[in-house]
Amino acid sequence: MFKHFIRLQWKSFVRSSSFAANLWIKILMGFFALYFMAVFLALGVGAYFFIDDAGLGDPLRVVNRFLFYYLVMDLYMRYMLQKMPVMNIRPLLYLPMKKSQVVRFSLGKTALSFFNWSHAFFFLPFSIVLIAQGYAPLSVIAWHLGIMALFYVNNFLNIMVNNQDRIFYPMLLVLALLGVSQYYGWFDVTEYTSPLFDALYDFPWTAVLPWGLLAYVCWASYRYFRRHMYLDAGLEMQKTTAKTEDYTWLNRFGNLGTFLKNDIKLIRRNKRSRTTVITSVIFLLYGLLFFTGSLEVYEATVWRVFAGIFVSGGFLFTFGQFVPSWDSAYYPLMMSQNIRYREYLTSKWYLIVMATLVSTLLSAFYLYFGWQAYLAVVVGAVYNIGVNSYLVLWGGAYIKTPIDLTSNKKAFGDSQAFNGKTLLLTIPKLVLPLVVFWVGDWLWNETAGYLMVALAGIAGFGFKDIVFKRIETIYKKEKYKTLAAYREKAA
Amino acid sequence: MIRATELTKKYGAQTVLDLPGLTIPKGQSFGLVGNNGAGKTTFFSLLLDLIQPTTGSIENNGVEVRTSEAWKPFTSAFIDESFLIGYLTPEEYFYFIGELRGQSRADVDALLEGFQDFFHGEILGQKKFLRDLSKGNQKKVGITASFIGNPEVLILDEPFANLDPTTQIRLKKILREMAGKREVTVLVSSHDLLHVTEVCERIVVLEKGRVVRDIETTPETLKELEAFFGG
Repeated sequence: MFKHFIRLQWKSFVRSSSFAANLWIKILMGFFALYFMAVFLALGVGAYFFIDDAGLGDPLRVVNRFLFYYLVMDLYMRYMLQKMPVMNIRPLLYLPMKKSQVVRFSLGKTALSFFNWSHAFFFLPFSIVLIAQGYAPLSVIAWHLGIMALFYVNNFLNIMVNNQDRIFYPMLLVLALLGVSQYYGWFDVTEYTSPLFDALYDFPWTAVLPWGLLAYVCWASYRYFRRHMYLDAGLEMQKTTAKTEDYTWLNRFGNLGTFLKNDIKLIRRNKRSRTTVITSVIFLLYGLLFFTGSLEVYEATVWRVFAGIFVSGGFLFTFGQFVPSWDSAYYPLMMSQNIRYREYLTSKWYLIVMATLVSTLLSAFYLYFGWQAYLAVVVGAVYNIGVNSYLVLWGGAYIKTPIDLTSNKKAFGDSQAFNGKTLLLTIPKLVLPLVVFWVGDWLWNETAGYLMVALAGIAGFGFKDIVFKRIETIYKKEKYKTLAAYREKAA
Repeated sequence: MIRATELTKKYGAQTVLDLPGLTIPKGQSFGLVGNNGAGKTTFFSLLLDLIQPTTGSIENNGVEVRTSEAWKPFTSAFIDESFLIGYLTPEEYFYFIGELRGQSRADVDALLEGFQDFFHGEILGQKKFLRDLSKGNQKKVGITASFIGNPEVLILDEPFANLDPTTQIRLKKILREMAGKREVTVLVSSHDLLHVTEVCERIVVLEKGRVVRDIETTPETLKELEAFFGG
C-alpha cells in the first residue's frame, strides 16, 4: 500500500509544472538553495564564536533567548508557505484504502518537508561546536533533540491552525507588540521563555517534555484529520458567506468604475490578494531599517530614496507586477467581453495610484524621524505614481503565470516571474531614481536631489499615453500565449 | 452572419479543425455535434478569437475577428467556467456583465425576472460566491449572463450538460423562442443528439475537424444522427 503512495508522490513531484520550468531558472534556484544552505551552515558554525567575541554572554543562553522568536517566525513562515497535504487526499477517498493509512501517510509526508529539516543546517553545526567547546555532550544532545522536537510540533500545529485566519491574525498582532515592547525594554517575553529552553540543557531529562508534546500534537492532528476526512468536513474548501456589494460611489467613474468595483472585490475576497495587501503594509515598515540608523550600510542618504520608493510602493510592486495575472481565472471572459484594453489598464493604474497615496498618508509616522525622512517617502511616492506605476504594468504584461486566488501558494516569489524582460525593467524602477538623486545631491545638495527625483516623477506623467499604448500592443501581441498559459492551470 | 474561409487549426502535425467554407446565416439556430475531439470547442474558440487559426479566417457580421474587436459588442458566449468570476455573487456578476454591455441595473433585473423558474430559487440571494455554487448552478449563471444585453450572436458550448431536467427543458424553450424570432444567431454544441435536434434548425456533424454531415432538421434527423454515430 505504501508503495502506491510513494509512487504517486514521486509522480506528482516529477510532473509538477514547476519542475518543468526553464533550465536556467532551475539552475538559478539551485544556486539560491545552495547559497542559503551555505549561509545557514556558516551561521551555525560561526554563531558561537561571533556571540562569544561580541561579549553578549554565554552563546547557548543567547540563542535560547531568541529561540522563542525563532520558533514563532518558523510557525509564521509555515503558515504562509507550507503546503497542506489535505487537498491531495480527495481522489484517494474513493479507493479501497484504509482511511487511517491515508491520514498517516499524508501527515508523515509533511514530516519530510523542507520546513523541518532546514533548521538542522543551523542547529547541527551549532551543537557540534558547543560540544567541541567543552559543553557537556549529553546535555547538548538533549537540548538539540528537544529543540528539533519543537520544530516538529510547529509542523503539526500549522496543520491544525491552517486556514484559521481568526486565530492567526490576532496572534500575529500580539507577537508584534511583544517584539516592540522588547525593543523598547517595556516588557521582555524572552525572560520567561528562555529559562524553558535553558532547562533543556541544564536538566537533560527535560528533553523528554518536547518529545511528549510532539507525540501529543501528532496524535491530535491524526485524530483531527481522521475525524474530518469527509468531503463536507475537513476536506471541504472554506466557504464564506457572501454579501452583494454595490460600491455605488464608484459609479461616477463610468466604465472605469465597473472595473474598479471588481478589483476591490478581487482584493477583498481572495486569500492570495489579501496576503498582497498585508505584505504591502509590511513594506510600510521597511523604512524603519533606514531611518532609525539601525543598519550602518544604509546610512548614506541615497538609500533614503530607495526606502522612500519601497515604503510608498509596497502595493505597487506586489500587486502591479501581476497584472493581468490576477484575472487569469476568467481571462477568456475578459478577452471576449466588450472590454477595451485601455479601460482595463487604466482602472488597474488608478487602483495602484490610490494605494500609493494611502500608503503615503499612512507612512506619515516617519515624521517622527525628521521631515527629511518623510520627504524621502513623499518623493518616492511621486516617482512611483509618475514612473513606476506604468513600469510595473509594463513588466506585468510579460508575466504569464496564472494566479490561484484562493491559495497562498507561490505568493512570495515565483520562478516564472523572474524573466529577463522584467529584470531589465527594474533598472528604471529602482536604479534610475537613485542615480537622479545622487546627481542632484552631488551637484547641489540633498534637497535638490529629492527635488530632481520628484521632477522625474512628474515628467513621467507626460509619458503615460505612450507607455499605455506600448502596453496595449504587448497585450494584443501576447494575447494568445497568455490565454494558453492561463489555461494550463485549469487543465 | 458567420463565415469561415479556408479555416484550419493544427497542433503540430495534427489537424484539429479543417473548414474550407462554412457559412451560418443571420438568425439561424445552428447545432454542432460530434464526439470528443471533433473540434467543436476549437471552432467556438476561434470564433471568439481566443486561439489563432493556422490558416484562413473567420468573419462575424463582416468583422474579421482576428483583426478587429468590433464583434465584441454584439457577441456573447458561455464556453466553460473560465467565463465566470469566482469571487463575485451571482447578482454582482450579472450586473458586471450588464455594465460591460451597456445595460442598466433595471434592464438586468428585468431580464433576470424572466429566469426565476430557471434558477429554481438557488441562485439569487443565496449569500454565496460563484466559486461556491455547484457546477450545475454555475452553468445556469453563465448561460443566463450570456443573454444579457441583447446579443445578436450567441455561442453556447455544451449548454445542456450538467443541467437538471427542468432547466434543460426551460433552456430549450428559450432557445426555440429565440430561433423563432430569427434575430439572434444561436450556435450550440452538444453531445446530446435529442436536445440539438429539438432546438436547432440546422445541424452540422464534425468528425476529426471536418464537416461530415450538414443537415436541415426534419423529424427524421434524430434517427439519421443516431444511425451515423451508432456506426
